[in-house]
Amino acid sequence: MSMNTQGRPTGVGTAGTSASGSALLPDEPLLFEIGDNEHSGVDLPDVDLATDRLGGFARKSKLDLAGLTEPEAMRHYVRLSRLNHSIDSGMYPLGSCTMKHNPRLNEKMARLPGFADIHPLQPVSTVQGALELMNQLSHWLMTLTNTAAVALSPKAGAHGELLGMMAIKAAQEAKGEAHRKIVLVPESAHGTNPATAAFLGYSVKPIPARDDGTVDVQAVKNALSSDVAAIMLTNPNTCGLFEPQVIEIAQAVHDAGAFFYCDGANFNAIMGVVRPGDLGIDAMHINLHKTFSTPHGGGGPGAGPVVLSEALAPFAPVPFVRKGKDGLEMVEHIEGEALGRVTAFHGQMGMYVRALTYMLSHGADGLAQAAEDAVLNANYVKAKLEHLFSVPFPDYPTMHEALFDDSFLKGTDISTLDFAKALIDEGFHPMTMYFPLVVHGAMLIEPTESESKQTLDHFCEVMAELANDAKAGNKERFTGAPMKAPRRRLDETRAARQPILKWERPADLPKAAE
Amino acid sequence: MRYLPHSDHERAEMLGVIGASDIDALFSAVPKSALKNFELDLPDHSPEFLVEAHMRALANQNHAAGDGPFFVGAGAYRHHVPATVDHLIQRSEWLTAYTPYQPEISQGTLQMLFEFQTQVAKITGMDVANASLYDGSTGTAEAVLMARRLTRRNKVVLSGGLHPHYRDVVRAYLKDDPHLECLSPSPEGQGDILDHIDADTAAIVIQTPDFYGHLRNVEAAAKAAHDQGALLIVVITEVVSLGLLEAPGALGADIVVAEGQSIGNALNFGGPYLGLMATKKEFIRQMPGRLCGETVDADGNRGFVLTLSTREQHIRREKATSNICTNSGLCALAFSIHMGLLGEAGFVRLARLNHFNAIRLANALDGVPGVTVLNKTFFNEMTIRVTQPATALVERLAQRGILAGVPASRLLPGDPEVENLIILAATELTTEGDIAALCAALTEELA
Repeated sequence: MSMNTQGRPTGVGTAGTSASGSALLPDEPLLFEIGDNEHSGVDLPDVDLATDRLGGFARKSKLDLAGLTEPEAMRHYVRLSRLNHSIDSGMYPLGSCTMKHNPRLNEKMARLPGFADIHPLQPVSTVQGALELMNQLSHWLMTLTNTAAVALSPKAGAHGELLGMMAIKAAQEAKGEAHRKIVLVPESAHGTNPATAAFLGYSVKPIPARDDGTVDVQAVKNALSSDVAAIMLTNPNTCGLFEPQVIEIAQAVHDAGAFFYCDGANFNAIMGVVRPGDLGIDAMHINLHKTFSTPHGGGGPGAGPVVLSEALAPFAPVPFVRKGKDGLEMVEHIEGEALGRVTAFHGQMGMYVRALTYMLSHGADGLAQAAEDAVLNANYVKAKLEHLFSVPFPDYPTMHEALFDDSFLKGTDISTLDFAKALIDEGFHPMTMYFPLVVHGAMLIEPTESESKQTLDHFCEVMAELANDAKAGNKERFTGAPMKAPRRRLDETRAARQPILKWERPADLPKAAE
Repeated sequence: MRYLPHSDHERAEMLGVIGASDIDALFSAVPKSALKNFELDLPDHSPEFLVEAHMRALANQNHAAGDGPFFVGAGAYRHHVPATVDHLIQRSEWLTAYTPYQPEISQGTLQMLFEFQTQVAKITGMDVANASLYDGSTGTAEAVLMARRLTRRNKVVLSGGLHPHYRDVVRAYLKDDPHLECLSPSPEGQGDILDHIDADTAAIVIQTPDFYGHLRNVEAAAKAAHDQGALLIVVITEVVSLGLLEAPGALGADIVVAEGQSIGNALNFGGPYLGLMATKKEFIRQMPGRLCGETVDADGNRGFVLTLSTREQHIRREKATSNICTNSGLCALAFSIHMGLLGEAGFVRLARLNHFNAIRLANALDGVPGVTVLNKTFFNEMTIRVTQPATALVERLAQRGILAGVPASRLLPGDPEVENLIILAATELTTEGDIAALCAALTEELA
């Protein structure tokens, strides 16, 4: 077994060669290569189970779990963490993902025992503060969107979409219009939109984008019929543009007896500035982990509350909070039209605490300022780079994202992917690539309101220098990138063709690292 | 505003570079009638200490589980989380990282997910596990849909021992589907599902320990399902039980779904939690959610990537296996760290301690006049029948500072069969003093 510079085993049982790390950025072996089934980092008494109540179902098969003592665990996870880019360590210009600053007050508040150490099924008389928190969060969300109701429980944006579309389906059925089987989805939509519609048995009818990147009300009108249940429209859209005809589109959709589901992934661009309810939406999910700064955590947990118009409010799922004679009540069962329950318990309380903390910190004035700064930053990046990059939709000012296509790379033999990977060597996370699909080789940049002018200037200098270098023909800098990251490009084809999805004990290592 | 880096001077300078007269010019695509045409009934920004005071005042109105004797379970369990876990998950590189779509600079998260998948596969006894789902309840609905895709059959039978909320979530996902059969609640642990399997059945869903705490016979269910070409989905709401109970994979389960909250994650009033899903190798291409796999980089070094993404919505759009995108990454990290600290030795000891305390609780409750323990078998949770309606009794006990468990009627309202039933859990945190206080209070209230 080879050792890295820290004397720790590397490359055990791997397909690859040995250490590629350095003293300050070490490779870290797998948990199963450093731990074994005797070590433990938790002291627990070993009780005498002379009799048990397991009815003969006791475990006979082996667990074979690796354990680490506390100092070993600390080192393993700290070392691993250092192989990650994070918003705290550098800019994350990921369009559509909204990587903004995550305030630590939010984390501190979510850990108060009165929020973290309460059970969803303890008597409601003992959790009145939690119900009041849900009430206050609901008030903020409904006020910011000018809507009639909110369902807090969805676990993430896509789950909120599902709930919103379930409510629309239930409302259509209640109207006796269950035959409406089509959902209109613009081609620029997030993949979750068509996936959600299909999940509920709808057939998806794509709406093409206009040459200017927005949806044409006439195209929507042409697609509408008595078979259409809803439109799913993102606004601001995934090209970073506000849909200028959104009110006319809502009107046309309603006139045809359909509902308007708005994908609220980009609400952070307009919070406190535009209320989606004023535009005619019927349902919209709000990603608390984008707009209201709850951390992305390497891929969740998210939270996706859905605001609902008056027409859809009766179809909200349980649970919800209401005022009763002895304080606040939690309604957990309801007969009739409601769609039921989309998750056990009450949703992402830990995220509610963080989001409300963020809202109270900003206030209405600060949220509007944050939206304006997000839009200002995206337009600043666009203005500084548009002479070198290619802007597919120059007709409108952009909202919170700057979108470029790959025509500026024509003739260089460098792809969007290559260009983005080169950003890694300059200390930045790549921008969102190849999305939205309506733009060739798309590069979608969302600085968010959290980046200073100084950081934006540096980012634009790096982008400009890379663009010039690409045009000058320095291809290797791009196709070979990244050179300075913990890993160079990974072989994704191999990963998919011969999936290795868990660690298997190698034949020459009968017990892990003993 | 402390979170916004620009000064007004800088904002003006940036507008100048853009060539915009003012900020509203950047919102010119917004219809005039909708732009800033309102007053919001919301306060303005606030200093950190005032926000903290506001939130603390709300938190202080709640009775925390640690404030007194606590026996509430029924799908969420209070366990000790080592300080190391919460410290580590708050490191910037874990907390503020995005989904690891750029593997070169996300190896920390990816390797952790690979380790997590291995841990979940090992404890469930299955070939493969995914990188997490939202929670156990939505995971159960996803498993049902997955089984239908795999078998191309429609009928699904849910055991009466399945958590009622989980049943409700499956119902909502399969709204009005005539092929969904939900069996009546079975508080006595009576097995009933085997008679409902036929040649049209895609899957049966059983939970063990079940909602009432009884241990169910997974092996018999697997055999009965497989005899008809149906799949067995096993649901586990208390994942600590796997330290002591046989792995469902060793008993023939096809898909295992579990709520992983018990390991590494706080109660949090119901979320965020952690959905675990594991299955057989031949079923992975119909599995929902992210998967992390091992590969090599351009220099031949071992590395990890998200893989088999052709199942997922961002590639397949309307043809995806699920619409899921975000999952429970940070909760999976907390689980994985806690499980790594426990190791095999600690996980088994933790499970034994839970069972030991539950036996103590059951024995003590057996001695209380007016209380009948319904369970012959259990892991760390059991159901009792009392001589009066459970909801009011639990409320009175709460006024005495004792959180005595969950009245079954809270989840099954209107069912007279369960009106006098309380479901109680013990964990490693349950003390003899807690049990004595509960039994003394119950004795007085039931006298």
